[in-house]
Amino acid sequence: MNAATTQRIHGIGARFGSAAELYQAAIKTREKGFCRWDVHSPYPIHGMDDAMGLKMSGLGKIVFFGGLTGTLTAVGLQFIPSSFLYPLIVQGKPTNLFTIPAFFPIIFELTILFSAFTSIFGMLILNGLPRWNHPVFNWDAFSQFSDDGFFLIIEATDPKFSEDGSAEFLREAGGKDITLIHDD
Amino acid sequence: MEQPKILGIPIGPHATAEEPLPRVPHVYNDRSMGWVTQRICGIVEGPTPLWWWLALAFFGSIALIGTGCIVYLISTGVGVWGLNHPVGWAWDITNFVFWIGIGHAGTLISAVLFLTRQKWRTSINRASEAMTLFAVICAGIFPGIHVGRVWMVWFLAPIPNSNAIWPNFRSPLLWDVFAVSTYFTVSVIFWYMGLIPDLATLRDRASNKLARYAYGFLALGWRGGNRQWRHYEMAYLLLAALSTPLVLSVHSVVSFDFATSVIPGWHTTIFPPYFVAGAIFGGFAMVLTLMLPARAIYGLHDLITDRHIDVMCKIILLTGSIVGYAYCMEFFTAAYSGNPYEQWVFLRNRMADPFIFSKIFDVPVAPYWWAYWAMMSLNVISPQIFWMRWARHNIYVVYAVCMCVNAGMWFERFVIIVTSLHRDFLPSSWGMFHPTWVDIWTFAGTHGIFVSLFLLFIRFLPMIAIAEVKGVLPEADPHYQPPEKKSHPAHEAEVPV
Repeated sequence: MNAATTQRIHGIGARFGSAAELYQAAIKTREKGFCRWDVHSPYPIHGMDDAMGLKMSGLGKIVFFGGLTGTLTAVGLQFIPSSFLYPLIVQGKPTNLFTIPAFFPIIFELTILFSAFTSIFGMLILNGLPRWNHPVFNWDAFSQFSDDGFFLIIEATDPKFSEDGSAEFLREAGGKDITLIHDD
Repeated sequence: MEQPKILGIPIGPHATAEEPLPRVPHVYNDRSMGWVTQRICGIVEGPTPLWWWLALAFFGSIALIGTGCIVYLISTGVGVWGLNHPVGWAWDITNFVFWIGIGHAGTLISAVLFLTRQKWRTSINRASEAMTLFAVICAGIFPGIHVGRVWMVWFLAPIPNSNAIWPNFRSPLLWDVFAVSTYFTVSVIFWYMGLIPDLATLRDRASNKLARYAYGFLALGWRGGNRQWRHYEMAYLLLAALSTPLVLSVHSVVSFDFATSVIPGWHTTIFPPYFVAGAIFGGFAMVLTLMLPARAIYGLHDLITDRHIDVMCKIILLTGSIVGYAYCMEFFTAAYSGNPYEQWVFLRNRMADPFIFSKIFDVPVAPYWWAYWAMMSLNVISPQIFWMRWARHNIYVVYAVCMCVNAGMWFERFVIIVTSLHRDFLPSSWGMFHPTWVDIWTFAGTHGIFVSLFLLFIRFLPMIAIAEVKGVLPEADPHYQPPEKKSHPAHEAEVPV
């Protein structure tokens, strides 16, 4: 505990035995009124968003605009050269309203392409990734999260956080290996 | 209760209202999450087996020979292939369509089966997606080099040439460039996103510094928090929803290369769905071709179970029958259209074998009858054995049928391309296509590239999606109650230990 007085605390973490235990603990943590906390699991746990009180990810809205950009890019890419820069009449067919179907495949492909890029980069940005390191990795046991460990971590910046109170709360919720996590 | 019988033969096992049959588990033998991690990561972390070096040396050599052929082609010209007039497209485009077709199963498994909640996909999707990427790489080689002067390939890009002329955006060949490059890019994104949590697993287990840095770099700092999973799952769902129409569009666009032309035998409206079904068909056969040996070598029978093979065989049966329907419908359309050129292509170029059809219709034997009937028997007749359950559960039968399908799907593209071209509208220019050694070794070389890339993949990356498999284990459910130990005799018998 001496070290804790000199180092900044990132938060406090507890390990749970199963997805079911973690799920119950998440419900208790939400009901207790914590707001800066997260559960870590090897796979996405079905129903955990509701247990934590999280709303649906807003990524879909972002991707919609990504896709729209793709559509407009393809429209511009095809019609600006074909109609204005160098009108190309192929097989007697000019570029007009009636020949639009022949331009659809590229519009479709670019819509998908831009949406896919928006999906992955949007996901990474919303998650604050990529990043080299994170204080939670200072907790040695935490690396089990990618194997079969289930963790709940309450951050020190949470207004309801207190070293002893939060530890006691996690113990009551069924957590084991309750550990203070330092920032560095 | 009495055992139900059909024609006096007892059928079983059967369910009753009191005792329904248990669901077949996705992972056999009640494996734990730790076991899943250890088994899959162990493949990557363990010492390199000798067979792997031998296989890489063999297929790498073939890949090098193929690369040498490509260099020879570029430095000399497309004349080193057996192309002629009127067969201006032959093995090059056959191989392109063959490989791009194989590349369809991965995205189908990862996207379409994800949207339809087919949870069994989790143990095969990673390797299938990797296979997709490698197949599309092999496919991309051929249109690139078949243009002859490869330094002019930039003409395909949507930029004006030195005369300020832009490419024709209404050309199916340009659609192809967009469709295939989009497909490859989106497949890479999908594959890599699925890999992120598993790369984090490898990072957290890494015992040496190089592996920790490499996997750590690629894992992008993944922490598995539910606030991350929330966006991750949404992104995965969106990518699946985007890839589903994409995978259908890619082979449709490939088929437009033919369907929008005026060549009898190509000018067919049935081509897009027929090509897509054929792509899924050939792709699943290739997935099984690669996964069955991998499963046997690494002992993955609890993850890639009998049920997976059974279900994939059913998909092969379904899509093979769709393809068979399309073959018959093409023939019917030609017969019903009254168009003599169409009828000529289907009957006199393809179908009239020396034994039956040339006699029934009283026409000369078709020069490519053997290719047509190879396609028919390998693609349509051979998968019909999968109507029988024992065939779907005998891996030797499954492997034999998959090999038939692999060959049959190559023949399909060869039949479509070469038999339609080799007899032009002008009988004076009729001729046959004969491949040269460069044709043969370039094609063999792409197999070398394909298998070499797959070998590198299974050596350095988790070949089964670890996080996703954990998600379909029974204890992954937050409402899971550990039961008193119970098992069903009907399943125990099939589970190899």
